[in-house]
Amino acid sequence: MLRRYSVHLALALTGGTIIYCAYQEYLSLYIMSILMFMGVNIILSTSLNLVNGYMGEFSCGHAGFMCVGAYVSSMLGVWLFAKDKVFGAAVLDPEYALYAFPLIILTGGVAAALAGVLVAVPSYKTRGDYLAIITIAANFIIISTIENIGAIGGSRGFMGMKRLVNSMEDVVELPWMPIWVFVFTIFSIWVIRRYVSSTFGKGVSAISQDEVAAEIMSVNTNKMKTITFMLSSGLAGIAGGLFAYILGYVNPGSFNIMKSTEVLVMVYLGGMGSLSGSVLSAILFTLLLESFRFIIPVINDFAHQFHLISPDYDISQVWRWVLIPLLLIILMQFRPEGIMGNRELGDIFPRLKRFYRFK
Amino acid sequence: MLLQVENLEVKYGNIQALHGISFHVNEGEIVTLIGANGAGKTTCMHTIPRLPPPEAPRVIAGDIKFKGESILETKPSDVVKQLHLALSPEGRRIFGNLTVMENLKLATYARAKDADLNAEYERIFELFPRLKERRKQRSESLSGGEQQMLAVGRALMTGCKILLLDEPSMGLAPVLKYELFRKLKQLNEEGMTILLVEQNANLALHLAHRGYVLDTGNIVAEGTSEELLGNPDVKKAYLGG
Repeated sequence: MLRRYSVHLALALTGGTIIYCAYQEYLSLYIMSILMFMGVNIILSTSLNLVNGYMGEFSCGHAGFMCVGAYVSSMLGVWLFAKDKVFGAAVLDPEYALYAFPLIILTGGVAAALAGVLVAVPSYKTRGDYLAIITIAANFIIISTIENIGAIGGSRGFMGMKRLVNSMEDVVELPWMPIWVFVFTIFSIWVIRRYVSSTFGKGVSAISQDEVAAEIMSVNTNKMKTITFMLSSGLAGIAGGLFAYILGYVNPGSFNIMKSTEVLVMVYLGGMGSLSGSVLSAILFTLLLESFRFIIPVINDFAHQFHLISPDYDISQVWRWVLIPLLLIILMQFRPEGIMGNRELGDIFPRLKRFYRFK
Repeated sequence: MLLQVENLEVKYGNIQALHGISFHVNEGEIVTLIGANGAGKTTCMHTIPRLPPPEAPRVIAGDIKFKGESILETKPSDVVKQLHLALSPEGRRIFGNLTVMENLKLATYARAKDADLNAEYERIFELFPRLKERRKQRSESLSGGEQQMLAVGRALMTGCKILLLDEPSMGLAPVLKYELFRKLKQLNEEGMTILLVEQNANLALHLAHRGYVLDTGNIVAEGTSEELLGNPDVKKAYLGG
């Protein structure tokens, strides 16, 4: 009985605690935003794991789909519920923003899923390195398209989403963004878990192992690939929408190949084909990325103290992008299977299975 | 006639692999295709279930008929679903990252949702008791023989009426080989039609009702197993004496 509901209980407790803390303002805005980005990163890494881990394809343009979701849900939200110089006055009463918000985020997800077809169709005939190149191309196509549409800000970006968040909080005084990020994170983990553990979803694992054998076992591999790519990019779109509303501002630059690489690092850090690994690595990676904010100045001070570098030069945050790829190299060298390999939490600690059931 | 191949000519790129071969399989029969390496046996097996590219050879002439109707336009994933024709491919090609049970479950992909599968899993396990012992193991951890049994079991779980077996004895110890062939005999007695491709001509002809001898893309001899076993040319070339 308890075993059956322990996961629900644990989730409700965690979510409740975080939201209560946010409501009472026990946690600073900085901590809250890190927690929310953790949620976004969890959605991103688990959804990319679906393609790269479970299906064995190599997609490295995940941020492109995130970008589609971010822009579509931002524009839709601003058009419907906020006064904006591009879209004019709000179409609907901002009071309804509260109820429409999840739909707006889901619409972003659907749009991103449609963009996923861009990658799914070429994947019928190519795989491996060639598909990887196609996914990078898709990322570039999406970014440059948005950069060249002046009406929505081009490369300067698009804003106005904060007004929507504020009007939600005006209606009911609750920390809505943390709530929705939490809900969507759990939602996407649940969807992916259901998908890969179903008999239908086993076809995804079959494709990763042997496409021809899958086909003669009557798995329609083209259909399977389309669904999987669309699901994966759709969830990335949801993550993008949340990301946009957390920041209140989007620009195409934040969804470039660098962001895609970040997501890839998370997937490989956690382990291919391990859902719990992806969740864990998304949390660790977010913390690591933030910790550089404190570590790099310390290194800088240390270097200046002992005159290791010229006094005119400061080690800046740019060095993050040296350290993170370095992390990837070290990871591939010493633990290529990632933290969890392709196992789940329950496989590593079989005793845990007595306390929960997660399907 | 259940399955009929007529003047089939196929090419891989520019290389012609089959030069117009014809054979047929009747319901309830075991038919075997024997021949040396490169004779075109596996090509036949890849052409019939309409495998997708790049494995699939290109059919340039001839026809494959199932109960009198051409299946050249049928999609590969429909071959299993509509024609109940399953292939156990050369080299087993099981899904190593899935457990034995998941491999079998995957094979039921195209089956009707309400089909009573439990009885069928039991039947597979009755046929191959080793699979039952190992049903929760990842299938890559099975031995070669067990993997072959899984490959056959997996093909059976598709609910097929015709079973295409491509070199099922490859890499098996003699004891396992005979055991597998006894199981195939048992299956056939229960009503399964089998098309068997085999290097071990002696073993295959002793199991099959009829056989065809392939050589560099042509059929050079055909007949009942007894005829082929008694044919001096076949004896010399494929049966070692």
